[in-house]
Amino acid sequence: MTLIGDIVFWLFGAVAVLSGAAVFWVNSMARATYALAISFVAVGLQVLMLDQAYLGIIVILMMVMEMAVMAVYMIMFMGMNPALMPMSMVHDKRLSLSIAIVTFVLLAAGILLTAWPSGSPPPAEDVTVALGEALMGSKMLAMVVLSPVMVATIVAGVSLSLNRGRYDRYGEDLRRRNADDPQPGGVGR
Amino acid sequence: MGSAVIEVTPGWAIAAAAMLGGLVYLAAVFNGMLASRTVGRSPVATLLRPVYETARLLRQRRRSTVAADALLWRIGGAGMLVAALLKLTVIPFGHWTLFDFDAGLVWFNAMDVLVWAMIWLVGWGGNSAHALVGGYRFLALAVAYELPLMFALIAPAIAAESLNVGTIIAAQSGLWFVVWMPFAFLIFSVGVLGFSVWGPFASALGPDIAGGAGAELSGVDRLVFFAGRYGVLAAGAAFAVPLFFGGGSGPMLPAWMWFLAKTVLVLTALIWVGRKLPLFRPDQFMEVGWVLLIPAGILQDLVVALVVTNQ
Repeated sequence: MTLIGDIVFWLFGAVAVLSGAAVFWVNSMARATYALAISFVAVGLQVLMLDQAYLGIIVILMMVMEMAVMAVYMIMFMGMNPALMPMSMVHDKRLSLSIAIVTFVLLAAGILLTAWPSGSPPPAEDVTVALGEALMGSKMLAMVVLSPVMVATIVAGVSLSLNRGRYDRYGEDLRRRNADDPQPGGVGR
Repeated sequence: MGSAVIEVTPGWAIAAAAMLGGLVYLAAVFNGMLASRTVGRSPVATLLRPVYETARLLRQRRRSTVAADALLWRIGGAGMLVAALLKLTVIPFGHWTLFDFDAGLVWFNAMDVLVWAMIWLVGWGGNSAHALVGGYRFLALAVAYELPLMFALIAPAIAAESLNVGTIIAAQSGLWFVVWMPFAFLIFSVGVLGFSVWGPFASALGPDIAGGAGAELSGVDRLVFFAGRYGVLAAGAAFAVPLFFGGGSGPMLPAWMWFLAKTVLVLTALIWVGRKLPLFRPDQFMEVGWVLLIPAGILQDLVVALVVTNQ
């Protein structure tokens, strides 16, 4: 990377860290959520600068989308007055602080103790494929097992949390033609 | 099958922004003409209407509300136009593009996801109940249109075996994608209307909630927000051209003229169709999006994949 590239890369890093910290400084759920979004976008741009075109853009896409949805839930469930009013973003300070410090020390130790390649070897031809191989190559079996388990968990979680199931909608014998829903509209209702 | 486009210097971004301005003007005039025709006024009078409206809004004093979150409000208001401009960077203008990016298609998708944040932030920032209801309406709608839109975007990428917009254009040298993946184009158009809060998807800005997310916007904020809304509509129409209509390909005329002609055609068609369709309530469209459009998109992708592997 060029000198300007290096500077921009570090600037994005600073933006990511500072806006991450801003999540706890601000006093509004909306600001906290979108501060986190900015942090993720900065990380996505850094990934982009590492020539991981697809991954970098996907990080930005997913995180903006996720934060937009998260803001809805944060405002809905946090605080006494559904978080529409200003409120503190920190609570249980002593425990949170100790968890944060321990996590930071663990991750930093991981960075320092990892055997990084010495010198600067030339980057792989296709960095996205190389990253995929490095992350998943030897653990493909675990990944393949994990995905159906995750999908099953989601389906089970949703069906357990449903307050109205198909028997409510289509009758005890599931013979009702049109679903009986409290809210009309959509397809075939 | 290489990229069919040449990357130009960043200075041309100004020209691209000017082109977006032109398209926004055109869209506003065309929409105004259709509107005045329905009430029986002369459509000619709307030709200069955007100029007057711009002058009026620039002179208008900015109104604020009690305890408005000005920072988020301004970000949301200006963000639509920024998203539209960023979309334009990967759309080739005939043979030239500002940003010949490997993952151009995903770039476009990421920029239309920015609209999620922007509309909600505009709704939130004004500290007004109606505006916030508009913001929530949009997010409910966004969940319904965005996933079908993603499946529709995948179809041209599968056929071209690339996420690069130039390569997608090159892959249509034989036959435009709109011909053999019409459902992908239809779902894409639904998505464009969706992220532009246009026509059947305009409930987030609906008159039933006093203008919804835009209710408290005034002066220059209102100007920039609504110009941005036309901007994302125009950028969406412009992106349909490299994706489904062979980019700048066509006889006689130079490529950039074909690109412009096709863009204007798609844009006016979207505006016209948008005005013809009734408003969708977000909860109703949720089911249409997930029960009809997502399976239709997946089937379209499957057909495209089968055609590509059997070639």
